[in-house]
Amino acid sequence: MAKTVNVWIDGHHLEVPDTMTIIEAADKYGINIPRLCYHPDLPPTANCGVCVVEMAGSPTPKRACCTPVAEGMKVSTNSKKLRSYRKTLVEMILSNHEVVCPTCAANNKCELQTLANNLGVDPDAMPLILKKETVDHSSLSIIRDVNKCIACGRCITVCNEVQTVYALTFADRGIDAHVDTAFSNGMANSPCVNCGQCTVYCPTGALREKNDLDPVWEAILDPEKHVIVQEAPSIRVSLGEEFGMPFGSVTPKKMYAALRKIGFDSVMDTNFTADLTILEEGTECVAKLVAGEKRPLITSCSPGWIKFMETYYPDLADCVSTAKSPMSMFGVLAKTYYAQENKIDPAKIVSVAIMPCTAKKFEAARPELSDSGYQDTDYVLTTRELIRMIKEAGIDFANIPEEEPDAGMSFYSGAGTIFGATGGVMEAALRSAYFLVTGKDLDNVEIQAVRGFEGVKEAAINVPGFGEVRVAVAHGLSNARKVMDKVREGLATKGESPWHFIEIMACPGGCVGGGGQPYGNDIASRARRGLALYQEDRDLPVRLSHRNPEVTKIYERFLGAPNSPLALKLLHTYYYRRSVNTGQITEQATHKHH
Amino acid sequence: MYKEICSKYEATKDNLIYILHDIQDTHPQHYISDEAVTAISEYLSIPPNHIYGVLTFYTMYSTKPRGKNIIRLCESPPCYIKGSENILRKLKVLLGVDTGETSKDGQFTLELCACLGVCGNAPVMMINDNVYGDLTEEKVVEIIEKVRRGN
Repeated sequence: MAKTVNVWIDGHHLEVPDTMTIIEAADKYGINIPRLCYHPDLPPTANCGVCVVEMAGSPTPKRACCTPVAEGMKVSTNSKKLRSYRKTLVEMILSNHEVVCPTCAANNKCELQTLANNLGVDPDAMPLILKKETVDHSSLSIIRDVNKCIACGRCITVCNEVQTVYALTFADRGIDAHVDTAFSNGMANSPCVNCGQCTVYCPTGALREKNDLDPVWEAILDPEKHVIVQEAPSIRVSLGEEFGMPFGSVTPKKMYAALRKIGFDSVMDTNFTADLTILEEGTECVAKLVAGEKRPLITSCSPGWIKFMETYYPDLADCVSTAKSPMSMFGVLAKTYYAQENKIDPAKIVSVAIMPCTAKKFEAARPELSDSGYQDTDYVLTTRELIRMIKEAGIDFANIPEEEPDAGMSFYSGAGTIFGATGGVMEAALRSAYFLVTGKDLDNVEIQAVRGFEGVKEAAINVPGFGEVRVAVAHGLSNARKVMDKVREGLATKGESPWHFIEIMACPGGCVGGGGQPYGNDIASRARRGLALYQEDRDLPVRLSHRNPEVTKIYERFLGAPNSPLALKLLHTYYYRRSVNTGQITEQATHKHH
Repeated sequence: MYKEICSKYEATKDNLIYILHDIQDTHPQHYISDEAVTAISEYLSIPPNHIYGVLTFYTMYSTKPRGKNIIRLCESPPCYIKGSENILRKLKVLLGVDTGETSKDGQFTLELCACLGVCGNAPVMMINDNVYGDLTEEKVVEIIEKVRRGN
């Protein structure tokens, strides 16, 4: 049991539990202690020393991030000595940092830049000792630039502890210590799943997404090309915050207007294919339930999760839904259905996806995702890249008049929009699975048990005519591991999975916390974006995927029925087995339906 | 081969250091390859990146193939004051290598290391498991010749 203790910080009397550190206590009361490597979402590594404070009775300053509070503690956060310590520390960090702020992806978002500015650091106080190292461009998703790295270790913590991906590590020691992949093989030859959580927590621009803006602008400005754009559910609740709107503003129609102004020829919506995914995956799920299948069905939308599964759980690849992700379904339909309906040569279509995700860049490049006869998705831009694009185009996003999307593949239900939050795919699927089994719609479509930020959520839903459907939802890959280990164990010992249906999202919070989301993407912001999606769901006229009129139309005019031969050909895929050392394919794990 | 070495030890994490030493010592090129890390990773259930972190933290381990004999010259302050720089220069000329490199005949790899604990005899170096102290440039020539003949 935590005891309450009395602590004085800069003369303010605080009553806090003794489990807190000094920095946590200070944050709780709005006292800001300068910091660099500390992040409230992650356990402290105490690497940088910037958060030093003085304590009555202690001969040396202590790091506030890793010093627990104690009864009667008197802390001072500002003094001549502390100011000079902090300044020197930041000057030393800068002496080994490539200072190229104006062109850096993290400019104005960089925690080192802000801190150096706040502390009034002298850039010439120390001689530059930076030895230029090669930038790791091997990955399709993430660029790792060791010259900008300050060795705070946040990426290592998030990669190894939050995501349990085990791609990054500290290598060497002393002045040579640096972040690296095993044997310096590069991100592309490591178990990295491209989730991009390292880019979210990197305080500088050392880890960032691969920039694909140039080829997209090129296509937009090429009159020969028909450039079509889709946007993931979570984009509409994260764009506003970058343009001075309140956190969690729901802005789909401003988003369409901005994209049209940028010059995209057709602006539609990934939420449409989210609804379509529900019908394909829901049908697959119901077939398994009815057949009394002992192996579970696991969602397949999250590309970070898919590569993680291929690397660490390939023995369970047959349990993962064969349905492509909403992005890839949209990609393949853009070059088939949309091209046909609008009489456009698919060779001239350039398909761009705006995603909250760095792993989507890897997914788009998977050679097997080309069932249209072309690469289904040509370019993926993260939310951060779209923000840069909107700024480059000089668009006043907050004040742009709202516009409707282009028809055909843009109508969406509330079920489609909640895909962006953890538990959303499960909830959307249950709403439609209930209908597929019973022929009736749920009275209350809101399934609270699968909402919220608990790492693993479980629920049992009573479906008349079938019985109890047991489901689990995991977000963050360390939580995915917990669920997958139980599935593996259940199958091995009882011949049965503990759950029928499982949703897994690679990123904590789901897509609202994706690796491509705007900077300042901490757990608290993710929760606010998630709530905004549930609000949009409540406000939409249609809240069930199977009631989406454009989905009904595409089955009538093109696909036939869910899981029809054409649907299986275009909308479903297969998976590989990958090496845990290199992340490279070793063999095919499952096969495509015929 | 790596699996055999691993199986001599209980599969607990604290045996990592011993297994790494054993593998490096038995390898004719005195290093730990990525294949070796894969085998250890499977045996001890430690992710390869963690093993790489350990292996690069300790200077006694190498991730690159090395020569038959490993020279470790102390670069700590007492040896430096007593002229380890001159010894280093002599060794480089004698072997035709830079620090961290292996001589063309594969006989010697030249490395720098932290204090060997015999500062009374500074400057000091180790060749394999033998310590050589009170080094002079003349003495170094003799030692290298002796080790070369010994092989």
